[in-house]
Amino acid sequence: MTPWLVVAGALVGAPLRLLAERIAVNRRGPGSVLGTLSVNVVGSALLGLLLGAAAVPPWVTALVGVGLCGTVTTFSTFGTEVVRLAERRRPGRAAAYVVATVLLGLAAAAAGFVLGRTI
Amino acid sequence: MAYLLAALGGALGALARWGLAEAFPHSPAGLPWATLGVNLTGCLLLGVLTSVLVARAPGSPWARPFLGVGVLGGFTTYSTFAVEVVRLADAGAAGTAVVYVLVSVLGGVAAAAVGTLAGRALAGAPR
Repeated sequence: MTPWLVVAGALVGAPLRLLAERIAVNRRGPGSVLGTLSVNVVGSALLGLLLGAAAVPPWVTALVGVGLCGTVTTFSTFGTEVVRLAERRRPGRAAAYVVATVLLGLAAAAAGFVLGRTI
Repeated sequence: MAYLLAALGGALGALARWGLAEAFPHSPAGLPWATLGVNLTGCLLLGVLTSVLVARAPGSPWARPFLGVGVLGGFTTYSTFAVEVVRLADAGAAGTAVVYVLVSVLGGVAAAAVGTLAGRALAGAPR
């Protein structure tokens, strides 16, 4: 049962991430990393909320946590985007992207986790 | 079409990530090896894939949505990493949390860079 729930969440998560990437590129131009940054921050907040809450049934964790949140966020795209920015001689932008991803992503996860505990 | 390919690839990537997390559980205060391994491997492979596609198949309509956005995007995860960091800190393992952040972020970017160069070499492209 669990693998199917993971698959169901991922079937929604991956296209949502592609949509966020495309919206960012349409608004901010080719190479914008704002789509990836947004999904990573929002997905971290939602997963924090889910895992912080005590009474979440295991099937919800598999569907929404492992499947949706796990898949709507990505580490590999983040890593290759940093390399691309650095190669295009934009070290400042690459460094800012790393710092923003780490600080905003961890803050979002922590805020979600703390909020989840109060539920 | 790209959205469908991303969804299918994402399902495969997420299944692999789930399977590895089940196979390699970690203690509450220990380093989350499964997520770390998945994220570093995924960064390396996406670097290789991106370089090879740029050099050999820049017009492929399916490769990037299916393999890049889908399989490797769904295989790796930021949210699990972030919540694992929060849980390590919450469990009193602040040192492990800091090490986990540094190894994931610096290692992930380094793996993507190595993959990018390796992909260019494989595809016979100029570096």
